[in-house]
Amino acid sequence: MTAGPIIELRGVSKRFGPTYDTAARLTRAISRQLGVAQKNEIVHAVDNVDLSVARGEVVGLVGESGCGKSTLGRMVAGIMPPSEGEVRFKDHDIATLPSDRARDAKLKVQMIFQDPYASLNPRLRVEDIVGEAPLVHGLVKRADFDTYLDAQLRRAGLDPSYRRRYPHQFSGGQRQRIGIARALAVQPEFLVCDEAVAALDVSIQAQILNLFMDLRRELDLTYLFISHDLGVVEHLSDRVLIMYLGRIVESAPTDDVFTRPNHPYTQALLAEVPRIEARKRRFTAIKGEIPSAIAPPSGCHFHPRCPHAMPRCSQETPRLREIAPGHRSACHLNDQV
Amino acid sequence: MTTATLEVRNLRTYFFTRAGVVKAVDDVSFSIARGQVLGLVGESGSGKTVTGFSIIGLVDPPGRIAGGSIIYQGQDLAQLSEREMRSLRGNRIAMIFQDPMMTLNPVLRIDTQMIESVQAHAKVSHAEARTRARDALGMVGIPSPDERLMAYPHQFSGGMRQRVAIAIALLHHPDLLIADEPTTALDVTIQAQILVEVQKLAATYGTGLIWITHDLSVIAGLADEIAVMYAGRIVETGAADTVLDRPLHPYTHGLIGSVPSRNRRGEKLRQIPGTTPSLLSLPPGCAFRTRCPRADAACEQQPEPSQPMPGQTTRCFHPLLAVPA
Repeated sequence: MTAGPIIELRGVSKRFGPTYDTAARLTRAISRQLGVAQKNEIVHAVDNVDLSVARGEVVGLVGESGCGKSTLGRMVAGIMPPSEGEVRFKDHDIATLPSDRARDAKLKVQMIFQDPYASLNPRLRVEDIVGEAPLVHGLVKRADFDTYLDAQLRRAGLDPSYRRRYPHQFSGGQRQRIGIARALAVQPEFLVCDEAVAALDVSIQAQILNLFMDLRRELDLTYLFISHDLGVVEHLSDRVLIMYLGRIVESAPTDDVFTRPNHPYTQALLAEVPRIEARKRRFTAIKGEIPSAIAPPSGCHFHPRCPHAMPRCSQETPRLREIAPGHRSACHLNDQV
Repeated sequence: MTTATLEVRNLRTYFFTRAGVVKAVDDVSFSIARGQVLGLVGESGSGKTVTGFSIIGLVDPPGRIAGGSIIYQGQDLAQLSEREMRSLRGNRIAMIFQDPMMTLNPVLRIDTQMIESVQAHAKVSHAEARTRARDALGMVGIPSPDERLMAYPHQFSGGMRQRVAIAIALLHHPDLLIADEPTTALDVTIQAQILVEVQKLAATYGTGLIWITHDLSVIAGLADEIAVMYAGRIVETGAADTVLDRPLHPYTHGLIGSVPSRNRRGEKLRQIPGTTPSLLSLPPGCAFRTRCPRADAACEQQPEPSQPMPGQTTRCFHPLLAVPA
């Protein structure tokens, strides 16, 4: 493994707010003049996240719906700019690179989406879906195009004779393979997989997971693997990040997360994952639901649901800090003892 | 085993489409005892949902029950009139769906919907019905049920909506509850909360439960019995532990191997080659044989259910006997 992270996030945040038209802006300005309290409707989807991914690493990003994991993935893939902070590719801030180099950098980071139905243009043939980008970016000459395309399709486990077909002529698993072929056709070094196997049947999911592992070896790829399925993440990843309401609450090598989870949220999450090895068990449950990201709880976001919450937890945001080599957790409990 | 709450015998539900007859459920038999949880496992298109719909009488044309019987308290549900079925549906037999909005009407308040459901099957006053509705909401763990009765479905989160749907299904303490992937769309922590409630209720009221899912890990923690469906047929049944530890059918074996598990991290998953066949063009004989590593000429005949191990039934000519799981 070469030194230096391939992708690094420094203090990255993403906020979504409503866009106001002229009338709404005017109303807000007047009410501000009159001293009427304004409703704050800003969603902190991702809140001050630091992350670095080394070359060849598979990082799993786990969290429940609405925790900001997809937003984080999109910022890493360069298809959504952060509101704050830097996304660095091979030690360069993508936002400040000259446009041609920024484009090259973005090309090296590709994304695979959850929904193989929504992420493929239904009016394009497979050869255009997969082949358009490498042609446009000059990665392949027109003369070599056919051989190149066939190789790309074959690598993703698709029969090259299907290249003239449209997406609707494929099953869900095959469509996901088209999405993978499209991402790999521009010779990326880094893949962001956002719930890439969530929509697939179990037996098809296994095929795609095996494909991901083969490709990793073959092409020396680095992955950010986003999923709510802890079983899948545990199977693939070297390191796991746990996210809750826009913040990373724990980050550790996969074994540590699953054998010595530190953060109470991680512990609760692990306790509740149904496992094929666990039979006829009594399910236990953490109380409550994920709070709204518009008005997250103060201090540690998890404190209203946490069994160990102390007064301090509602006042002070815990820092993500190292508790063992390579194992970081954001919990005030670690300050005690 | 005591007398069964429900016994399904040789059920066939076919859809007569323009492209041909789709045998969505083909010769399916199983039974459920009081308080028992049956896990009906299969991938998309295997016929597990249509099996549930057939029991509760919700199969719409061009589909219909083409054969077999569904015995509940001595009567065959497949032969009942729509009127008789209505008095059972939502009363003695209830169903919850993957999407709770299939149960809930978006433009009516929760109290309206629940009181209506109570009064549909019980001659009680409005006030009494309201009390029952409130108690049902409390039972499934909805905080401040009195206030929540006044809310509309869109004011609930996904997990809460599913709880409301479960509360409605349980209003009359049914003998049988069919749950069609009710936790698939929910987060892990919410799924656990729902599973807690369901386990409790099945135990308290002796409700028989058919839990339809594609997720073997949920079933492993919940079910007493498992039935595995493939292309409209049940290919294996047995006690949950037996089926998961010593599967007989190569499909069950492949399915279990496909689930990423703690012990085999980073190894290749044992994948099943190919994809689920279309129900319109099933190969003759065993539907799984084109994907099966053990298939041979014998598999071109339709395998009948056999019992190579006590308490475990499979449809296979070459069951995996004495193979460590």
